Amino acid sequence: MSATDDSPGGSSALDATPSAYQEVQRSPEFVSLRRRWRGFIFTMSAVFLGWFLVYVLLSDFAHGVVDTRIGGTNFTVGLLLGLLQFVSTFTIATIYVRFANKNLDDDAEALKRRVEENL
Amino acid sequence: MSTQIGSPALNIGIFALFVVVTLLIVYRVSKASNTASDYYAAGSSFTGPQNGIAISGDYLSAASFLGIAGAIAVNGYDGFLYSIGFLVAWLTALLLVAELLRNVGRFTMGDVLSFRMRQRPVRAAAAVSTLLVSFFYLLAQMAGAGGLISLLLGVKNTPGTPFDGQSLVIAVVGILMVIYVLYGGMRGTTWVQIIKAGLLVVGAAVMTVWVLGLYGFNLSGLLGSAVENTGKQLLDAGNQYGRTLTTKLDFLSLALALVLGTAGLPHILMRFYTVPTAKEARRSVQWAIWIIGIFYLFTLVIGYGAAALLPRGTLTSANVNDAAPLLAFQIGGTLLLGIIAAIAFATILAVVAGLTITAAASFAHDIYANVMKEGNPEPGMEVKVARRTALVVGAVAIIGGILANGQNIAFLVALAFAVAASANLPTLLYSLFWRRFNTTGALFSIYGGLAICILLIIFSPVVSGGPTSIFGEGVDFSFFPLQNPGLVSIPLSFLLGIVGTYIGSREPVNEVKFAEMEVRSMTGAGASAAVDH
Repeated sequence: MSATDDSPGGSSALDATPSAYQEVQRSPEFVSLRRRWRGFIFTMSAVFLGWFLVYVLLSDFAHGVVDTRIGGTNFTVGLLLGLLQFVSTFTIATIYVRFANKNLDDDAEALKRRVEENL
Repeated sequence: MSTQIGSPALNIGIFALFVVVTLLIVYRVSKASNTASDYYAAGSSFTGPQNGIAISGDYLSAASFLGIAGAIAVNGYDGFLYSIGFLVAWLTALLLVAELLRNVGRFTMGDVLSFRMRQRPVRAAAAVSTLLVSFFYLLAQMAGAGGLISLLLGVKNTPGTPFDGQSLVIAVVGILMVIYVLYGGMRGTTWVQIIKAGLLVVGAAVMTVWVLGLYGFNLSGLLGSAVENTGKQLLDAGNQYGRTLTTKLDFLSLALALVLGTAGLPHILMRFYTVPTAKEARRSVQWAIWIIGIFYLFTLVIGYGAAALLPRGTLTSANVNDAAPLLAFQIGGTLLLGIIAAIAFATILAVVAGLTITAAASFAHDIYANVMKEGNPEPGMEVKVARRTALVVGAVAIIGGILANGQNIAFLVALAFAVAASANLPTLLYSLFWRRFNTTGALFSIYGGLAICILLIIFSPVVSGGPTSIFGEGVDFSFFPLQNPGLVSIPLSFLLGIVGTYIGSREPVNEVKFAEMEVRSMTGAGASAAVDH
């Protein structure tokens, strides 16, 4: 471990050749990666936050709905919706990880190499 | 609270075993944690699954285990809502924060927030926020240790005498945590988290299967029995938050703070630096989501199980945190109680160790190395300062924990989440995704979020004017009706970030730094990798 270990985050690489990052940032490959990545994460965030908010508002203001018993059991609609929050959280996490592994990682790796070659 | 059950000697014995084993492991893995990278981030040498388990260990605090089980046992459905908020919150961390943070920063939240801003003011602000959030969280855990001990060891809290048996226990927890952090650094602390998470999940699983077994694995039967045994409508919504419009808004406020707070908790963010790449950070969160989710499903059964099986009247709002240990005693007798009690202690110990190293890293790295020494500390001094800070944090935690003993744990944790969601998350998101965001904007959203949160809490019924207030019902200077400030403070903090950015817009956007941050955040170019020792 060298003394650079104690330098502030991220300034060391930059001072030498600042344009490598800007060059990649303007490249169509990076623009495409950013568009696909952000399109996915912003959409998914809107979906899960919206669905969570719907659930919270139902539990808060629509007791008639969430207190309804299902069939002849003691399960309520609220409990079911709550368990579906678990299911959707697991599902979104799994979908994102698959999407990123398949559609983002290789492109990101290629761009990383391009930056580091030019540093 | 004063009734003591089980065998104190057995409880202490099992806990002592945990302490000895973890201390041995900390001793073995610590080697010489003398570089900053090794001390703060374990040389980024953990794998995604390891870190995911450790994240679960850090996140599933005493408030999660004891608090949620108790909330479900006493308030039923409304208690379940906590666990959903705590779990869904991880999607914010997974989608928007974890990987980008891993690629941009090295040790602290301040690394990311200050990346393209003026270093000193933004680092100082990030450190102030980190220290405050960690402090509130730490107080909650320490106060929880005091409450738990009265049940398990028969040590009472004697009002009026600040130094009693419970204070001694809080001091022991504090000293142990400092030992882990001083000698183990992040590597040792991480292993403590991993062991603790394993014990906690296994312990909860045993209780869950046991309770379900008593009902022939008929969950509906268990739910019905919970209602019958308590005489309360535990399956219906609104037991805790349904009474008035104010309490309903309070619930909305809490939900917002929970779902947006997690991705702004400094001790959680810091865990992402212990893995070598963004891909491993992603795997960490994936593992954490599964472990935390499954654990919360267990607490659902444990909570309703406590309602169904404990004699009516055992649980009141005063001993709500005791639901899980009392249930363990009810179904499994002294031995199961001893095991669950030891796990609860291990939980508190591991979480406070994680908070302490976060606070120490933030002070030493952001304040000492970058603000005071302007990024050029003498070699080796930064880690020395971090260790000294850990000692100070330990002392503050012990004294604060003794003073806060008996305070509402859930309130302190919710406060930490509200501050994290207000001050940290907006600033993080803006600096990662908004090109024009600048130093003034960052300072506005951090300090503004902090100030709004703390002021609203001070003038809320939590502090004065209510039957459960800190100052009691007699003193009343509350004018903000909600217990949790999130509903107001989070949107205002996002707004303040925008206002500050426009006020400071004469400061030109640092395009070079922004390009570096954006490319680096998404590709990992130039990011610090694993260090082999």
